[in-house]
Amino acid sequence: MYIAVKGGEAAIDASRSLLAAARRGDETLPEMSVAQIQSQLGLLTARVMAEGSLYDPELAALAIKQAQGDAFEAAFLLRAYRTTLPRLAFSEPLRTECMRVQRRVSAIFKDLPGGQVLGPAFDYTQRLLDFSLLCETPAQAPVGEALPVETDMPHALAALVAEGLVEPTAPSPGDPAPLDITRDPPAYPLPRCGRLQILARADEGWLLGMGYSTQRGHAHTHPFGGDIRFGAVAVEVVPDELDFAIEIGEIELTECQMVNQFVGSADVPPQFTRGYGLVFGHGERKAMAMSLVDRALRADEFGELRTSPAQDQEFVLPHSDSVEASGFVQHLKLPHYVTFESELQLIRALRAQVDAQARQVVREEAMGVGS
Amino acid sequence: MNTAEGYNFAYLDERTKRMIRRALLKAVALPGHQVPFGSREMPLAYGWGTGGIQVTAALIGNDDVLKVIDQGADDTTNAVNIRQFFGRTTGAKTTERTAEATLIQTRHRIPERALTEHQILVYQVPQPEPLFKLEPRRAETLKLHAAQEYGLADVKLYEDIAHWGRIDASYDHPVRVNGHYVMSPSPIPAFDNPKMDRMPALQLFGAGREKRLYAIPPYTAVQSLDFDDHPFHIPPQPQPCALCGCTTSFLNEIVQDGDDRLWTCSDTDWCRERLEACE
Repeated sequence: MYIAVKGGEAAIDASRSLLAAARRGDETLPEMSVAQIQSQLGLLTARVMAEGSLYDPELAALAIKQAQGDAFEAAFLLRAYRTTLPRLAFSEPLRTECMRVQRRVSAIFKDLPGGQVLGPAFDYTQRLLDFSLLCETPAQAPVGEALPVETDMPHALAALVAEGLVEPTAPSPGDPAPLDITRDPPAYPLPRCGRLQILARADEGWLLGMGYSTQRGHAHTHPFGGDIRFGAVAVEVVPDELDFAIEIGEIELTECQMVNQFVGSADVPPQFTRGYGLVFGHGERKAMAMSLVDRALRADEFGELRTSPAQDQEFVLPHSDSVEASGFVQHLKLPHYVTFESELQLIRALRAQVDAQARQVVREEAMGVGS
Repeated sequence: MNTAEGYNFAYLDERTKRMIRRALLKAVALPGHQVPFGSREMPLAYGWGTGGIQVTAALIGNDDVLKVIDQGADDTTNAVNIRQFFGRTTGAKTTERTAEATLIQTRHRIPERALTEHQILVYQVPQPEPLFKLEPRRAETLKLHAAQEYGLADVKLYEDIAHWGRIDASYDHPVRVNGHYVMSPSPIPAFDNPKMDRMPALQLFGAGREKRLYAIPPYTAVQSLDFDDHPFHIPPQPQPCALCGCTTSFLNEIVQDGDDRLWTCSDTDWCRERLEACE
């Protein structure tokens, strides 16, 4: 007699061994080191840090190695590790205007204080496959000399704020102690400080699609790329025993300030408003998409009609988390045979009911009483 | 012994456990009410029992005997994985026998054997909001619960009756706890709903991804939603169990070669207990 499959334990062990072998790949090829991943797959490392919401390039690279390059799985590994870490201190607000930029572009002025700094970008690569990369290339000296870049790089919008044309950056209600989305369960509607935290670690693909939708008529935000920058920023904390800030290190960030039209209201004259994006590492696509979504989610603030998915907090935010979404979509792999059996029994009963009714009709017609 | 080096007993740090226990106390004080809690990111995927795991982690001690079931069985892969996780991070004793367990974490079933005051049943919950298919905005459902405004749920039942002549209850059929809050029993078959009513064991529910906990204290009235003229009713199981002959337990339907079906108890420990009693 067939007995329902036993031996889940042995199967799990075997599955883990198979996974370890698949991760290593062809053993005739040298194993990739974590340092290589960190240095040569820097953009992937940045994405995993952003969605894993932990700034640690080495551990992110380790997670990528362990996850066979699966960005979702790597972010998940990092998040699960992050949970166990103690909170030692809160940093002072980062001063991105003092960023040691590797790249800064503004689409709203031809030139501006600090200048346009193209830096490393895919934008003008012409996207032709470079077949020479099929062969390993010997190490080369850096091309050209890196220009010394100013560390004082005022935001492109600063001058317009002085004129009152752009809304100032006011702290969110609740600052300097905003809620912590990893500790406080979300209560909708969330204030902007909570929304931005969720967006900063949201899935890049989700944000890209949501941001894109606002450009195609699903919420109008009329954006201009005000200031997009990438580089290192100092992190400072004020320890309990001191009354001044000390620098504890530097992190790389991409920041985007979008400028958006606002026609004004009875109380406020017309001015430009902002959408904000900030992510760990070099991630312009995400920072820009985030700033579009941030602005769309501010609809209530400006008395705009909420008509589109991108303006709906309870749609955009809880579905943006790649770790949550990936887990729940994939939980459908788990056995559901109890609930399925309940449905089977229900459908059988309903069909039996329909069949019985149909037979009754046939019988009545045969007896000439149906009509 | 905790063999997971570098991690606290039961993985979570003590402050987090305390936060969860506080939320559980509140949940017990408000039977059926969903209490928000600072759900942590666990090393198991969301949707795979992170809520139940956090509740278990907050409660488990060295003297506990843990049983983990999925679909009623101890040997389903996810149950094995969760049991191994707690074995590794706590060293607490685990069991497959319902009678021996002090703490039972479950997904989709309530054991057939009646539970006692000395046991706690921890449910894994994918969607704690019983009204989510009727109103997806949690800001709105919060108000509906506060006002005990459950008209939507009644209309859904009424529509089932209008369409099918009966209430379309197969699993996750909502219950009213202590005559007050409407609650999701988690996706257990409707067959199991009556077991919740006045159960001597404490019932705790954890939804990790949705960041909600709720509870049913021992001996609390739990009523499946229905109408006076269409009372909640469980149809009898279609067969006796092919292994132990039980006619009152929930059965798995196993498809065999030649389109034959084999019906066996979904609660594997119940089935084994009955077989052992026969020997």
